[in-house]
Amino acid sequence: MNAPTEQPARLTVATCSLAGCFGCHMSFLDVDERIVELAQLVTFDRSPLTDVKHCSERVDVGLIEGGLCNVENVEVLREFRASCRYLVAVGSCAITGGVPAVRNKFTLESCLREAYIDAPGIDNPHIPCDPEIPLLLNKVRPIHEVVRVDYVLPGCPPPAEAFWELLTALIAGREPELAYEHRRFD
Amino acid sequence: MPQSSSLERVLTRISARYRDEPYQLLQMLRAVQASYSHVPQSAMQFLARHLGVPLSQVQGVVEFYAFLHETPRGRYDVRFSDNITDQMLGSRGLCERLCQHLELTPGQPRADGKVTVDYTSCTGMSDQGPAALVNGLAVTRLDVGRIDEMADLIDAGIALEAWPRDWFAVRDHIRRSGPMLDLQMAPGAALEAAVARGASSTLAELARSGLRGRGGAGYLTAHKWRFCLEAPGMERFIVCNADEGEPGTFKDRVLLTRYADALFEGMALAGFVVGAREGFLYLRGEYEYLLPHLESVLERRREEGLLGGNLLGSRVGFDISIHLGAGAYICGEESALIESLEGKRGQARVRPPFPAIRGYADKPTVVNNVQTFIQAAQISAMGSAWFAEQGTEKSRGTVLLSISGDVARRGVYEYPFGVTVKEVLADCGAGAVQAIQIGGPSGHLIGAADFERRIAFEDLPTTGSLMVFDWSRDVVGVVQNFSRFFQHESCGFCTPCRVGTTVLRQLIDKVASGHASAADLDELEACGMVTRSLSHCGLGQTAPNPVLDGLKRFRPVLEAKLLGGTDGPGFDLDAELSEARKISDESLKEGQHG
Ligand SMILES: Cc1cc2nc3c(=O)[nH]c(=O)nc-3n(C[C@H](O)[C@H](O)[C@H](O)COP(=O)(O)O)c2cc1C
Ligand code: SF4
Ligand code: SF4
Repeated sequence: MNAPTEQPARLTVATCSLAGCFGCHMSFLDVDERIVELAQLVTFDRSPLTDVKHCSERVDVGLIEGGLCNVENVEVLREFRASCRYLVAVGSCAITGGVPAVRNKFTLESCLREAYIDAPGIDNPHIPCDPEIPLLLNKVRPIHEVVRVDYVLPGCPPPAEAFWELLTALIAGREPELAYEHRRFD
Repeated sequence: MPQSSSLERVLTRISARYRDEPYQLLQMLRAVQASYSHVPQSAMQFLARHLGVPLSQVQGVVEFYAFLHETPRGRYDVRFSDNITDQMLGSRGLCERLCQHLELTPGQPRADGKVTVDYTSCTGMSDQGPAALVNGLAVTRLDVGRIDEMADLIDAGIALEAWPRDWFAVRDHIRRSGPMLDLQMAPGAALEAAVARGASSTLAELARSGLRGRGGAGYLTAHKWRFCLEAPGMERFIVCNADEGEPGTFKDRVLLTRYADALFEGMALAGFVVGAREGFLYLRGEYEYLLPHLESVLERRREEGLLGGNLLGSRVGFDISIHLGAGAYICGEESALIESLEGKRGQARVRPPFPAIRGYADKPTVVNNVQTFIQAAQISAMGSAWFAEQGTEKSRGTVLLSISGDVARRGVYEYPFGVTVKEVLADCGAGAVQAIQIGGPSGHLIGAADFERRIAFEDLPTTGSLMVFDWSRDVVGVVQNFSRFFQHESCGFCTPCRVGTTVLRQLIDKVASGHASAADLDELEACGMVTRSLSHCGLGQTAPNPVLDGLKRFRPVLEAKLLGGTDGPGFDLDAELSEARKISDESLKEGQHG
């Protein structure tokens, strides 16, 4: 995948968290005061940082934290893919399913039973079922099993430097290159 | 775990049987495995001390070979041949059936230590599968009846010697013979002709014949012998490559069964020509059942003065010993084979120097295929013109094809080089053919567009394996089987092959599962090219062939598997929600009742 060659006026960046813990977003914010510099170079589109709920028609870079555990995650991810030129899988959850995927060893039903029926001290044991609650997928999936992914930032979470390198590289129109110490898998 | 003093007694005896020679380590470890169903750590330590080799080397050898184990296997060790041709004959279902009867999981010994059931790479019985090895011995033509009886025999603890004899019968299945297979050569004829002619004239005769190696690369045999002859050094060796590991090949098996005399004569002839006094037959472990037969032929030839110190009234001394492999395809590669002969892990050496210059014990060594030696002997006896009469300009003589898969008559066929694929298919009774794997997994996967092509080194080269797939077969499944084979057999020494074969297998599995996208096909191609061009030895260099040929010749078949279309991967949201919907339906119903 080629990085953008000519420098666009201002890149737009969107972020979202699917089945993640927001740890990746927190790590992103560890760029600290450089966020001000970044805000001058890019426009933040849909993101928990802006509270914008849907992507604009054209977004340059979409950062996805977390894997897919329910139908809503799939819909959001597909919307991101459709809007974003470059989609980035951020963190172990997006790349492999991560901690939420631990449930993949069990059936969905046995997980729900354990949580809502069999666990000790449960009042009114029943499995919640409300149209407001998105249906769960049979298994938690990494995002590349559903959409094409252009870049990955490994780590749980990836260090702030990795976010910084990715975005500044794309802004500058070059391929991002993660230094060894910023490429981690835990 | 055997008692330490009795273990040491047994090991001392095993080691002595092999003259306490470190080069014989693999043979010793095979014997230990046979005695104890594994190679205990204490045995490795003892042998390391006893032979004066590092423990790491002993351990390395045990870990390398598929037929050696650090933890106990069952006393009955059953391995189903897992080649695609066995699978097409129902081997997987039979293996599962046996596992069910015996109540065990494949690959894990049963809790009582009695039996292990597992899979192994092609055992060279594609013409009479589904096949298996039981305690190393070949069992053929398995069916439901045999499997059920086998389970009973194992449960009753009946010794292998008392199992039905015909289970162990291996048929030759020669379906079409030509000058090579038809030739009746009196033992000694080739050697006598050579001695009468003299060594250098014999080499010249061989050169005139144009004989090329029948084991793979098709190198001119006379050139190889000349290199060895001219290489500096006092000692030389002759090695016969009877590893026949290429899935779907079995012609060497038939030759070893029927033409052992001619083979040993060819090896002695090579010894005479290059000045070697010692030869080795490297026999694949899967053909252990041939050992008594081969040993008896060797013994008879020694008595007849056609081998040993007394060869032809001692004008030339030459003797042959047999080494058994232990389940490693890579040991068919000539330099890996030599490492294995030296009792080490079968890891391909850097070439050049080629074995002809620096081979066994770093001495000049001729390594040839079984068929090559037999043909060399025939040429010595009959003359080069007899041989060169058949075939094409660049590929003299005849080719032996091992034909299996969807054909009416599986077996060995001899043709003059230059025969078209179409003619062969007609002869063996192939129906509506979709695809053919020619030359085994390391060869090529071809479709109807190539059936007019000629089998010859200059067009479609082959080591003899020809597996036929009709339209009921899934080409992607075929590619998957071969990709698994290479992943399993990669020795792991170099990264492009170790990682490449794994990535190729994962990607082709992804294609088969329907989750791949067009981008994955591009990735397959890129990964295949890297593996092909950067791997250290021939295994890695040919491992991507099934995938690359699949992409080149059967792309629509692969593309039809891409559920996600051209961009994204295939993801069936409805299927992924099936459990949640079921649970919420039930929960709603309960709510209504409650
Ligand atoms: C992975 C691999 C496996 C091979 N397996 C065999 C084999 O089973 N039998 C064989 O004769 N040659 C095999 N070869 C080819 C040998 O390296 C060597 O070229 C051959 O034994 C030379 O004999 P020839 O000149 O008579 O063909 C293999 C090569 C590779 C790279
Ligand atoms: S990768 Fe780690 S930090 Fe990021 S969302 Fe997953 S669990 Fe949280
Ligand atoms: S190419 Fe494969 S088999 Fe050959 S040395 Fe490398 S890893 Fe081993």
